[in-house]
Amino acid sequence: MSDQAQAGSRYDVADRAARSWGERLTSWESILALLLVAVFVVNGLLSPYFLDLFNLSDATFNFSEKALVALPMALLVLVREIDLSVAATIALASLAMGLCAEAGAGTPVLILVGLCVGLVCGTANGLLVTAVGLPSIVVTIGTMSLFRGIAQVVLGDQAVTKYPSGLGAIGQGYLVDMPPVPLSFALFLAAAAVAAVVLHRTALGRQLYAIGNNPVAARFSGVPVDRIRFGLFAVTGLVSGLAAVLLTGRIGSTRPNIAMGWELEIVTMVVLGGVSIAGGAGTVGGVVLAVFVLGFATFGLSLVNVPGIVINILLGVLLVAAIAVPVVAGRLMGRAPTRD
Amino acid sequence: MSLSRRETLKLITAAGLAGAAPAALVGPAAAQQKVRIAMVVKALGIGFFDACRDGGLEAAKELGNVELIYTGPTTTTAEAQIQVIDALIAQKVDAIAISANDPNALVPVCKKAMQRGVKVISFDSGVAPEGRIMHLNPSNNALIGSKCVQMMAKTLKNEGEVAILSATAQATNQNIWIEEMKKEWAKPDYAKMKLVGTVYGDDLADKSYRETQGLLKAYPNLKGIIAPTSVGIVAAAKAVVDAGLVGKVYVTGLGLPSEMKGAVLAGATDTFAIWNPIDLGYSATMIAAAIVAGKATGAAGTSVKAGRMGDIKIAEGAAAAMADPFTFDKSNIEKFAAIF
Repeated sequence: MSDQAQAGSRYDVADRAARSWGERLTSWESILALLLVAVFVVNGLLSPYFLDLFNLSDATFNFSEKALVALPMALLVLVREIDLSVAATIALASLAMGLCAEAGAGTPVLILVGLCVGLVCGTANGLLVTAVGLPSIVVTIGTMSLFRGIAQVVLGDQAVTKYPSGLGAIGQGYLVDMPPVPLSFALFLAAAAVAAVVLHRTALGRQLYAIGNNPVAARFSGVPVDRIRFGLFAVTGLVSGLAAVLLTGRIGSTRPNIAMGWELEIVTMVVLGGVSIAGGAGTVGGVVLAVFVLGFATFGLSLVNVPGIVINILLGVLLVAAIAVPVVAGRLMGRAPTRD
Repeated sequence: MSLSRRETLKLITAAGLAGAAPAALVGPAAAQQKVRIAMVVKALGIGFFDACRDGGLEAAKELGNVELIYTGPTTTTAEAQIQVIDALIAQKVDAIAISANDPNALVPVCKKAMQRGVKVISFDSGVAPEGRIMHLNPSNNALIGSKCVQMMAKTLKNEGEVAILSATAQATNQNIWIEEMKKEWAKPDYAKMKLVGTVYGDDLADKSYRETQGLLKAYPNLKGIIAPTSVGIVAAAKAVVDAGLVGKVYVTGLGLPSEMKGAVLAGATDTFAIWNPIDLGYSATMIAAAIVAGKATGAAGTSVKAGRMGDIKIAEGAAAAMADPFTFDKSNIEKFAAIF
């Protein structure tokens, strides 16, 4: 009985990619794609300004940094870990960049500093989780307060605003002018492609699913579980550092409350993307689609001046509905659809 | 078979996009003729800003052809405000009046807005000069400083020992206001009213309370305490009430009506002041409308008509001061305590 119920579950590690239309249409990604189409149609009807290339391009600035961090976060959640310190890491990396900028450092040095601080933060999380053996949720709640706390102590109610214009060109710049493709958005697309190849086309990707489904079995099968988890924390830190570089460049200012609350928005992207919070299931495509759904839904609602508080409520409903509807539908149909 | 289905899907998608495109082209032309002014606040759900909105709505009603869009993020960060402004630029509002979470971080997005023809002014908390046409301060330092001394002098009938309870020793605003108070104090009218000392409560309720207790012990003949900080004034009033010195020692300064209602009703405070947010929102909206209509430039050295608030002069740095701080006492505290 339980075997049969499991047969169609998304926790299956399939032997091959889905081929039939039936399989594709019932997948999480198709539901998200449908949702994305709905977001575009509804917003296009609600506001005459939504389907404008420049406006849509402007909108990507507001979610690309978060979306970048969502990619390694998805891989972490996939292996049953989580990093809640990402936003605080961004704050700390931005602070370090600010202090260096005040000391007269140029743009290349600032980028390096941002990336390095991110990497150090991620490494610290990774060591605490793998070498000391602490649960990642506890570790990263701790480091979240620690990193943010350092920024608050150093900056107080002050802000660093003396950044070289080169840094602004990175945060606000475009890779291609026509059609307008912001640099941060292009970086996100490139990173998503890399993540997709690693997860879905390499042995390492298969190992990630194996760890997520059963870490103990994966370890006995010769998968270097702790080394992989450590690596993922380090990469998450590094990408948070990159997000810090882009964000600091975009707004040209560092305050202790920079990127406040982003960790939850990033986890929301990952969960809506269909990555199981219990580990072992999820795709990069799903996360990318979820990023677009959340990003453009927020932009569309702001265009018709829905207050931010109400947008949060709507996105919360969307998240719960997106997760509950397939489960409820599955129950109503008696069991998950079988494949053959 | 599957190929032809894919073709069908493509056709449907193409048709959908083609259908949406004309709507996007027709849309803006059908937009209303009203002048749309967006009031962007630090965060929604703050009583002070809701009162600003009421003032803005009053101005919009008076002008007739103005539609006020009241909006803002849910967190008081620059990133969140940038997202809101991007959406406002996209819908081509005529003017934005903003209370900034960060004077520098908002410059790039405000510049972008101005490049696209949106008139940007700041009020309450300013954007750096290059990111706005003008800034409306609720009051100015000289007016605030002299008001504090005048209120104390009125209560004490120009006689007695007075101490100052400030925020931190480094707090920029408070130090300027204390400087201005001393200038007013130098006038012969206040010869019998003596400043005996200044203490710092660091804008912490408990420290301010203890510092006030210290003042009451150190100066047995103390008649008044001026606290130019909304945290300090509440704590000082509470310390006076707790020490049973109501009617002997009076507390005045800058505070929020909702927080000061108890102190005023208990008699520890005769009068206190703060800028009136309704007038502030009203003036900001009036000024934005005047600039959109071409009736004012917002340049330094000019002035602008702001309805019932009269002519507001724009000083150096394109910054203007609206008016004297508004005084609260037993007669109006109940009404304003419900507002902010």
